[in-house]
Amino acid sequence: MQVTITVNGVEHVADVEPRTLLVHLIREQVGLTGTNVGCDTSSCGACTVHLDGEAVKSCTVLAVQADRRAVTTIEGLAATDGTLHPMQEAFRQHHGLQCGFCTPGMVMAAVSLFVEVPAPTEREVREGLEGNLCRCTGYHNIVKAVLACASGDPASQPAITPVDVTAGGAR
Amino acid sequence: MIPAAFDYVRAESAAHAVALLGEHGEEAKLLAGGHSLLPMMKLRLAVPSVLVDVGCLVDLSYVRDAGDHVAIGALTRHRDVEISALLRAEVPLLAHAAAHVGDPQVRHRGTIGGSVAHADPASDLPAVLLALGATLVATGPAGEREIPIGGFFTGFLESSLAADELLTEIRVPKVPGAGWSFQKFNRRAQDWAIVGVAAVHGPGITGVGLVNMGSTPLRAEATEAALRGGASVADAAAVADEGTEPSADLNASEEYRRHLARVLVRRALDEAAGRP
Repeated sequence: MQVTITVNGVEHVADVEPRTLLVHLIREQVGLTGTNVGCDTSSCGACTVHLDGEAVKSCTVLAVQADRRAVTTIEGLAATDGTLHPMQEAFRQHHGLQCGFCTPGMVMAAVSLFVEVPAPTEREVREGLEGNLCRCTGYHNIVKAVLACASGDPASQPAITPVDVTAGGAR
Repeated sequence: MIPAAFDYVRAESAAHAVALLGEHGEEAKLLAGGHSLLPMMKLRLAVPSVLVDVGCLVDLSYVRDAGDHVAIGALTRHRDVEISALLRAEVPLLAHAAAHVGDPQVRHRGTIGGSVAHADPASDLPAVLLALGATLVATGPAGEREIPIGGFFTGFLESSLAADELLTEIRVPKVPGAGWSFQKFNRRAQDWAIVGVAAVHGPGITGVGLVNMGSTPLRAEATEAALRGGASVADAAAVADEGTEPSADLNASEEYRRHLARVLVRRALDEAAGRP
């Protein structure tokens, strides 16, 4: 069936099978490969994009569910002149990546977190990114980058002390 | 991984969805947020030949004050339950628990109605709604009917919804002055609870729901009876696993789950005693 999806401000009309996943539409039909497919089971968050401004895992959204809606991918964050989004700049400044595979999803999840929690604490950053896994375990610098971005200066040096957020019920 | 092929129809209204379900029968499944159904379809654990998409029915996304209860549209997303000022004030247990479902991305898509209708014993919200004694509203060809949540879960991923019925509303009683707690024990962020407990205890209400302690979401009935009889928290928690049949999996043995249920119910009741 035909879907009309705005990706990074550009309207795309595509013919898709109903079972086509949004991430496959983005990568294979729109041709934007910054969004990675990691686990394919909505666990790892590598495929995180924004759907109408909110982070979603695009491996668990059908393209038909995104019909007539707006998608933003990692390619849509930087300014048209190439200036990085402050979150991208913070990840770069603080080396918030090792192999880089989870990075697009981490950045998109972090940008979405800021919409909901404009000045997150370290704990809120860690919990806000719980849907994104870094297989290199590079969380320290990722959290540092997000907190630096939250301060308004991507180059700032936040002090962070890892906190245990595994006890879900005991906030 | 992609699902097996299926036909897709978008419902324009609740009545349209019911008509589509009637037309396609048992072969059809309702699609809301899709965060339980689509992963199962990718693994071929569910192979519906028709998906009826109700995700666009925005008129079924609401949280309304209805006097003695709060009415929640079935298509209300976990995120909207989590941040609802009305729920935070009147049914804080539900708003709090909704913030622990999956992860932020899941909560942006998953719906309360989808979670209940999926009837997964490992899901958080069914246990919470059991503890609160919610009433479910289903819409079918003959109109609406109310289903007390105590009679809703009939088996593993099975409910008393008919094949041509759509869950449209969840009615949650207000619990002024009642203490509450939600305990979720897991080993990885974003994971399902190995065991979870939802408790509400106060004037006129005593409810304890258990996550992942059997083939359906269920209540800790022995604990509830003990509390109503005036038992101490320790004594009431000691019988939390009575009448349950937890399964064993790679996370936990049956006996470990029983132990967790007793410990988490005690923690929940202790915490509830200190709230509100």
